Amino acid sequence: MQNFAFHRPKSLSEAVSALKQADEGKLLSGGQSLIPVMKLNLAAPSDLVCISSLDELRGIRTEAGRLIIGAATTHGEVDASAEVKTAIPALADLAAGIGDPQVRNRGTLGGSIAHNDPAADYPAAVVALDGEIATDRRTIKAEAFFSGMFETALDDDEIIVAVSFAVPDRAAYAKFPNPASRFAVVGVMVAQHKSGTRVAVVGAGANVFRATDMEKALDGSFDPSALDGVAVSADELTTDLQASAQYRAHLVTVMAKRAVAACG
Amino acid sequence: MATVSMRVNGKAVSADVEPATLLAELLREKLGLTGTHVGCDTSQCGACVVHVGGKSVKSCTMLAVEADGAEVKTIEGLAENGQLHPVQEAFREHHGLQCGFCTPGMIMSAVDLLARTSDPSEREIRDWLEGNLCRCTGYHNIVKAVQAAARAGRE
Repeated sequence: MQNFAFHRPKSLSEAVSALKQADEGKLLSGGQSLIPVMKLNLAAPSDLVCISSLDELRGIRTEAGRLIIGAATTHGEVDASAEVKTAIPALADLAAGIGDPQVRNRGTLGGSIAHNDPAADYPAAVVALDGEIATDRRTIKAEAFFSGMFETALDDDEIIVAVSFAVPDRAAYAKFPNPASRFAVVGVMVAQHKSGTRVAVVGAGANVFRATDMEKALDGSFDPSALDGVAVSADELTTDLQASAQYRAHLVTVMAKRAVAACG
Repeated sequence: MATVSMRVNGKAVSADVEPATLLAELLREKLGLTGTHVGCDTSQCGACVVHVGGKSVKSCTMLAVEADGAEVKTIEGLAENGQLHPVQEAFREHHGLQCGFCTPGMIMSAVDLLARTSDPSEREIRDWLEGNLCRCTGYHNIVKAVQAAARAGRE
């Protein structure tokens, strides 16, 4: 790993200025993606700004029908949170299925969505639960936030402070994990809101997306059978060593049905 | 270079490290605590698991500077007064190891699990050890050892 200057700011504003002053600075949160990427020399930042223990980025609370989770909250903390389990149990379940326990003890919500790995789980929840990403300077709606493979709408020196999720009537996440990495070959979050059903898919394509035909079918009848014969097109999906685009398209319907069934 | 200070196995230590130094490297190379193994170096195998602030983490995927000020526990810190920790004892008793390479990480993970739940099911144990790979035992005796340690802890 190439060396770098390490900064441990004491506040969000100190973190922003450390990032602004750096040549090629990167934020370090849990480091469960960044450190492996740096070990492979796929990233060689000049500066790392460690934000995992900033108070402003921590905390879980419910406010006006929304669950708000600080960006530096680990997957393990989300999984264990009574507040999350009460408001959106599907979100606690999703967090409990990320990586392995040691990864969950370090990896964070903000780090995961800022990295926007196409096979990460959290983007499905952020999109299906009408997420809003609060940063040090603005609020970004989920669908505008995830702009492409490993890309987001964040400015280079912008820091995610918290993510707010709409509390749905019911929701569930179903994933077909890669057996070695536990990343999603396909993951589908189904959430029924007063305003309509949202179906968000990760793993299948280069970026999280909504399966709008499935949403319409489920608005008609919220039952797995409503998805019989409803499939996403394989045209834009990923083909790699693990699965072909056609197989992924098939899995999207299967996982969506399982998620609807799990909503009970 | 940065100076880091932390408590490792109850003892205050400090060392000068490059920021890019991994916690596993600090433990093994600067502090001589070679019980923490580095297997894959890609956060898959779990041989390097130690506790930071009471939680199990992969020390090959954490910078030493991130552990500044923390309480760190390694496999060397489990035994007390010459007595093996109950999880260590159970691994020996139930043949939970063959070559022993994965064992420090397995045990540190299992100790974290048992701190959270005193009576885990077989499923919970297997799920919890997701991030610890063993290429010898087929996991069967490892699970038996964790179950036995849990039983001993409840008695």
